[in-house]
Amino acid sequence: MQNRLINWFKFSSPATFYPLAGRLAPIFRVLAIVLIGIGLYMSFFVAPVDYKQGDGYRIIFIHVPASWMSMFIYLVMAGWSAIGLIFNTRLSAMMAQALAPTGAMFAFVSLWTGSFWGKPMWGTWWVWDARITSELILLFLYLGYMALVGATDDRRRADRAGAILLLVGVVNVPIIYFSVKWWNTLHQGATIRMNGQTSMDETMLLTMLIMALGFWAYSIAAAMVRIRAIILEREAGAIWVRELIGERA
Amino acid sequence: MSSILEKLNMGKYALYVWGSFGVTAACMILEPLLLRSRTARIRHQIARLNRLETNKR
Amino acid sequence: MLEALFWIVRRDVTIALRRRTDVFTTLIFFLIVVSLFPLGIGPELDTLRLIAPGVVWVGALLASMLALEQLFLADHRDGTLEQMLLAPQPLPVLVISKVIAHWLITGLPLVIMAPVLGLQYDLSAEALTVMVGSLLLGTPTLSLLGAIGAALTLGLRSGGVLVALLVLPLYIPVLIFGAGAVEATTSGLGGGAHLSMLGAILLAALLGTPLATAAALRVASE
Repeated sequence: MQNRLINWFKFSSPATFYPLAGRLAPIFRVLAIVLIGIGLYMSFFVAPVDYKQGDGYRIIFIHVPASWMSMFIYLVMAGWSAIGLIFNTRLSAMMAQALAPTGAMFAFVSLWTGSFWGKPMWGTWWVWDARITSELILLFLYLGYMALVGATDDRRRADRAGAILLLVGVVNVPIIYFSVKWWNTLHQGATIRMNGQTSMDETMLLTMLIMALGFWAYSIAAAMVRIRAIILEREAGAIWVRELIGERA
Repeated sequence: MSSILEKLNMGKYALYVWGSFGVTAACMILEPLLLRSRTARIRHQIARLNRLETNKR
Repeated sequence: MLEALFWIVRRDVTIALRRRTDVFTTLIFFLIVVSLFPLGIGPELDTLRLIAPGVVWVGALLASMLALEQLFLADHRDGTLEQMLLAPQPLPVLVISKVIAHWLITGLPLVIMAPVLGLQYDLSAEALTVMVGSLLLGTPTLSLLGAIGAALTLGLRSGGVLVALLVLPLYIPVLIFGAGAVEATTSGLGGGAHLSMLGAILLAALLGTPLATAAALRVASE
């Protein structure tokens, strides 16, 4: 038990995590390429044409996984922030910062694809639906976090302030979602059923899951590469960084 | 070959399907490229700092 | 503890009353923003009555955000804040008193002013009462949430704009229930449910946000 504990915290030091991230990144990069490749093949050639939505429904193969990722990454960031505030580990905040741009990217992709799906299905690019609106607010939360961390020069303060903001945000997300839903049901303008395909075909579900796993692998790979960049940036004065770069240059 | 193209032709949904997949692909290719250039820039800066210090000595 | 709370509120309000322009800037901003909408949309009273709750609430949101940057800034500069961090009283209580003072200076005037603006939009007397009620329950929440943003951005270069970016998404539930209460009243549904939601949010914010603000203040002045 004692040993395991020590091993855990060993990787919370940037100097030991840097090579580990370097080993993990290529693995997940390959995984992402393979999974997304299979997912793309299945979504265009294997999955049958939907009888109601025609070929347009193929958009959900990227829309739904992107939405999942955008929400999940925010939760993971908040989790890292909690760990960082409790155990006072520098790496946790770097982890959250490494994930933020990818999460924001997925939130944007989710909105973009949702809008391209909505246009042929509902006849309009944008609907003030509860889920779409919440996703938009999630994007704002991502942007706010990135702006705050970027604007704070003192790294230690940026880490902790960002962590507090993420925790406040994660408490607020359910409240925001609930209020937006309430607002949406009162204004009867946009009552549209999102889940038109109540009995989803098995191949469709499988395709979506493979895509989601591919997006997972992509996010991990991107975060690993970004955290290496962040570590180098922050520890530019450290001896191990100097030696590392010196070897290569 | 023509059957593949036929399958990829999304009919009246072409704009919407390719608009979504295209932008998603662009984002997921652009992000790694930006990351690579960021890493290269930082490595370059550190290497320069290294050279400056060795020259001083 | 209560003594300290009253003392800070009294001190902050006294300072604000000596510099009355700050209070009036918020009020005038509110007045102008709300008056701009009819000019942009057109003077048809039917349309105006429809958008009035949203416009007044969005105006209140923006106006209450104006003075946020100043909430802790003066105390941070002259070292009072550091004394507060070291004070024997728990920091969240001191935060609450700062927020109460902020609300008295910026929130309360908005609540008093709102009915006059509602008249511009031809709201009924009943709708006006509900609007005052919703603002009375909602604006303290805005001050409480805003304090987190103010503490997080304390002393940063781009503080003012950044506060808006951080705080506005968090304001959304208050906006929805606040404007919704007035709208439900005008459409005959009754705004009771909305007002109780606003009250619940206020209570939750009162319990939760001072802790987050206190943590952010400690981080900011490390």
